[in-house]
Amino acid sequence: MPVIATASLSKRYPRVTALDELTVEVGSGVTGLVGANGAGKSTLLKILLGLIAPTAGSAIVLGHDVVTGGEAVRALVGYMPEHDCLPPDVSATEFAVHLAQMSGLPATAARERAADVLRHVGLDEARYRPMGGYSTGMKQRVKLAQALVHDPKLVLLDEPTNGLDPAGRDEMLTLVRRIGTEFGIPVLITSHLLGELEHVCDHIVILDGGRLLRSESKAALTGETGVLAVEVRDLSGRDRLAAALERAGARARPDGPLILVEITGEETFDLVRDAVADLGLGLVRIEPHRHRLEEVFSV
Amino acid sequence: MSDQQFGPQQRAGVIHDIGYRNYDGPRLGRFSIWQALVVSSLRHAYGLGRSGKSKVMPILLLAVMVVPVAIIVGIETALKFDKPPLTPVQYISFLQAVIALYLASQAPQLFSCDLRYRSIVLYLARPLRRTDYALAKLTALVFALMILIGLPLVILYAGALLAKFDFTDMSKEFLSGIVAALLLSILLAAIGGLISAATPRRGFAVAAIIAVLIVSFTAVVTTTAILNPEAGDPGTSARYANLGSPFTLVEVLQSFILRGGGAWKPTTSQGLVFAGVYVLLVAVCVWGVNARYAKVARG
Ligand SMILES: Nc1ncnc2c1ncn2[C@@H]1O[C@H](COP(=O)(O)OP(=O)(O)OP(=O)(O)O)[C@@H](O)[C@H]1O
Ligand SMILES: [Mg+2]
Repeated sequence: MPVIATASLSKRYPRVTALDELTVEVGSGVTGLVGANGAGKSTLLKILLGLIAPTAGSAIVLGHDVVTGGEAVRALVGYMPEHDCLPPDVSATEFAVHLAQMSGLPATAARERAADVLRHVGLDEARYRPMGGYSTGMKQRVKLAQALVHDPKLVLLDEPTNGLDPAGRDEMLTLVRRIGTEFGIPVLITSHLLGELEHVCDHIVILDGGRLLRSESKAALTGETGVLAVEVRDLSGRDRLAAALERAGARARPDGPLILVEITGEETFDLVRDAVADLGLGLVRIEPHRHRLEEVFSV
Repeated sequence: MSDQQFGPQQRAGVIHDIGYRNYDGPRLGRFSIWQALVVSSLRHAYGLGRSGKSKVMPILLLAVMVVPVAIIVGIETALKFDKPPLTPVQYISFLQAVIALYLASQAPQLFSCDLRYRSIVLYLARPLRRTDYALAKLTALVFALMILIGLPLVILYAGALLAKFDFTDMSKEFLSGIVAALLLSILLAAIGGLISAATPRRGFAVAAIIAVLIVSFTAVVTTTAILNPEAGDPGTSARYANLGSPFTLVEVLQSFILRGGGAWKPTTSQGLVFAGVYVLLVAVCVWGVNARYAKVARG
């Protein structure tokens, strides 16, 4: 059974159609929901939580209809909104404990879970300080922690990388990946950057103007291309290797620090290995080359 | 056996990263969550669980309410009066400015913080419905006001019994006081809640609450004085003028319900009008608070 299933889901506002006949399924693991500003990502998340009612169509989350079973859905789902939502004068610990109770955990369990979850998101010493003094990165971590504090069966994360610097973004995405794999909680994460979700998602859903553009597993999106990427230790080595491969009859071309070699069969791997050995080069890596998602779609 | 031998040592020696733990314990239902929200909001209304600064105002105002009764009790037991210098209902009326200040300082805290910082979204993404949320805040404010007004009344009653005033009379007066306190707490909580929920700007809410309470009371006093220049039993129109302020409205309604305790006794039809206006006012305010949260939930 899918974690989320929508059927012809639509949301119309007087002047815009935020979601248009959306039929999509989301399973376990990490699913990326990608679309430009105004594509309808946040609207979809709010409908899935039962916070706003769809104009037409239906959505089932964890076996509950979101219109009639919103309360049951909200007890099982963790939600991280895209905007700021933290009061400045309470500490992260107090806030997480309180919200755990608001999800139905008894007081003692709420305290234990809050401590656990704040540790998992990497908020250690600062958690007793008022949140008003937190950096954007720390605030995003608290927002993530409150979405996990009641051990949800699904988390909906609305642009968790918003406002983070590259390092912070990588840390956040690593955390999201861990939630989907190690913690075993299905994740639906939104972003307007396809490239950013490429490494962490098992499945990608692309929205465009409220319509479903594509919904595919990442393997299908990034399928192997029949090209081998080889990297050797220095640039002159790169050119010598490319020339040697050409002489041996393979199609090869330099691409940045890499050499891309067309795979014609098992023998391509032997050929590359022998050429590298003959030239006495230091091999950095050799792997099947994948298209980046950005090359597959131009959103 | 071997477990018992080195188990504890191992535990003391190394800190293990125990990984993500699932929560299998009980999950409380909507009513228990609602109760938890009432309790935490009530604590916040007296600055408990908040910064030291937030405790100053409510504790100070509670002291201002309690200290005069303590003095009255001291004097009446020492000097052996024939009857207490002050009835509970009169006491409420004397200290209405303090009650108004408390409402103005705490209602915005309870009702507009979650709107201003948008933490309301995190509540609405959990099992409580927005009506539950609004009613929990209102209930907490009613309890908070009951503590503020009821505590001095209890001391006054205890002092009156110590001073050996007539038990039946004192009990009747105490009952009148408590009924008036309850009616007043409910009405003030509803009015203060509506004004605070209407604006996320705290300063604006504080000013508006003080203005509404003081202007309405002054208007009632002035109108009564004009309509009823000679002190004594007021005429019909002067009586209805008391509808104009929460404090006078509640005083009349209380004397109607308990047939005594106020300055004059309303007729049955007058009493019903006061009761009707009271119920209508509370209903409109509660509906308004709820409608306001509905708007926020959609946005
Ligand atoms: N309450 C509302 N009233 C009217 N229009 C709305 C409302 N909420 C959203 N919309 C519109 O619906 C469309 C989808 O909005 P939504 O917030 O879902 O987009 P999004 O994909 O989350 O965009 P972003 O990347 O900017 O967060 C937008 O055109 C937006 O203006
Ligand atoms: Mg959005």
